[in-house]
Amino acid sequence: MPGFDFSNHSRNAALHARGVPLPKATSTGTTIVGCLYNAGKEDAGVVIAADTRATSGPIVADKNCEKLHYIAPQIWCAGAGTAADTEFTTAIISSNLELHSLSTGRKPRVVTCMTLLKQHLFKYQGHVGAYLVVAGVDPTGAHLFTVHAHGSTDKLPYVTMGSGSLAAMSVFETQWKPDLNKEQAMELCSQAIQAGIFNDLGSGSNVDLAVITKDKTTLHRGYLKPNERSQKLKNYKFQRGTTAVLNEKIIKKDEIGKYVSVEPLPAGTETMDVDP
Amino acid sequence: MAMFSQNPVLNGPNYSFADVPVQDHVDGFREHRFNPYTDNGGSTLAIAGKDFAIMAGDTRLTAGYSINTRFSPKVFKIGGSTSTQDDANILLSVVGFAADGEALKERLDSICKMYRYRHNKPMSVSACAKRLSTIMYQRRFFPYYVYAILGGLDEDGAGAVYSYDPVGSYEREQCRAGGAAASLIMPFLDNQVNFKNQYIPGSGVGHALQERERQPLPRDEVEVLVKDAFDSAVERHIEVGDGLQMMIITQNGIEEKILPLKKD
Repeated sequence: MPGFDFSNHSRNAALHARGVPLPKATSTGTTIVGCLYNAGKEDAGVVIAADTRATSGPIVADKNCEKLHYIAPQIWCAGAGTAADTEFTTAIISSNLELHSLSTGRKPRVVTCMTLLKQHLFKYQGHVGAYLVVAGVDPTGAHLFTVHAHGSTDKLPYVTMGSGSLAAMSVFETQWKPDLNKEQAMELCSQAIQAGIFNDLGSGSNVDLAVITKDKTTLHRGYLKPNERSQKLKNYKFQRGTTAVLNEKIIKKDEIGKYVSVEPLPAGTETMDVDP
Repeated sequence: MAMFSQNPVLNGPNYSFADVPVQDHVDGFREHRFNPYTDNGGSTLAIAGKDFAIMAGDTRLTAGYSINTRFSPKVFKIGGSTSTQDDANILLSVVGFAADGEALKERLDSICKMYRYRHNKPMSVSACAKRLSTIMYQRRFFPYYVYAILGGLDEDGAGAVYSYDPVGSYEREQCRAGGAAASLIMPFLDNQVNFKNQYIPGSGVGHALQERERQPLPRDEVEVLVKDAFDSAVERHIEVGDGLQMMIITQNGIEEKILPLKKD
């Protein structure tokens, strides 16, 4: 069966009624924004931006997470709300839009994406906690929407969402003007995100920014890094042997097959993805 | 309410009035309640040395996801003979509900001032510590919602740190972290100040290993630990940041240092 698995629902409802708290989801307590530029002109485009902090209650879960999601080559989404919901909702709509584009033989449109998203979210009556800024350029021009978890949508020249939306909107409402060019729109969006980063506790770390034009999308991961970690004043390296070793057992490489199933790969074929 | 506010309310409303009644009663009556407390975030830290004590706190004051101010000190001088507190001999740090912290500080300060006036000498740190406990327990059923730490020099001139729970249970300690990031900082202090889980390399095998012996740290090293502890807390706790206030009490008096912290 496709879709969500509800088999634990009754058990969880019974547990909850007896006072077991619901598990806490990672939320991208977030600032996300979007802004159209060169509206109505031949080279019309759209900029979206986001901060990179993910939180779990008052604790920072991820200092550099990605909130700009791919939908189609020329359609991108910025997500706020429950991290898993923004991730999976954008992924499933991306997949459906690709199939739709293949069957029609046309480039996907931003309205189509927005409609698929709102229909999906409305169906779940707000329980799928995805709050999205949808932006893109298609054959009908550059478009910018917001989609809320309950399914309502807006179409505006500049938008903000997430816990830092008020801080970000204060920047747009004082600085925005019609007929912005690309550079001005990028600067305005990054300023709006920074307002969120510094004035909203749910937002922080870096600014990610994406520019979508008629020809291409440019993703600036780490467009600004105004919150680099400071150097530690002391060296906390322990002398070897400081930690007590209570017992020790050495398993040689060729014996490891006795404990777990292993399939050796040729050296240098796969490396782990680690932040520098 | 959250569902109409168009933005996700991530941890419930952070107002002093609950905007949703706790429970609808069977007879249809709604119970509305006033919550007199707010959590204003922030963190504090105190370490006692051989002949000094350091009290530190960040200077951010928050409510929910908002920053009310980036500079609201949490460490206060107590019991000086004037309002300038130039001759104060005791430090108090308060974290939790800022209004209660302010009230508690004022209360303890005026009591110490009265003591100085009546006895013509400043209160000892141990006496002040006991008095603070009494003040807090008097409010057993409507507590000052604060985690307080008292610091100074004892009768022998050694650094003294006393830590409290909100209803006045107290204890003299070598070091203590309080507030929002206490659970992040305290294990670091156990390891770096009291050398917990550190053994002398090669001194034995398994359980026979010898523990690294505790020894009082010099002042400059403690200052470095405090700064590193707060820099790390700022990285992982959203309510800690903006500035670091450090007060160092020695025989020569109290020295104050303000250092910058990350502002995001």
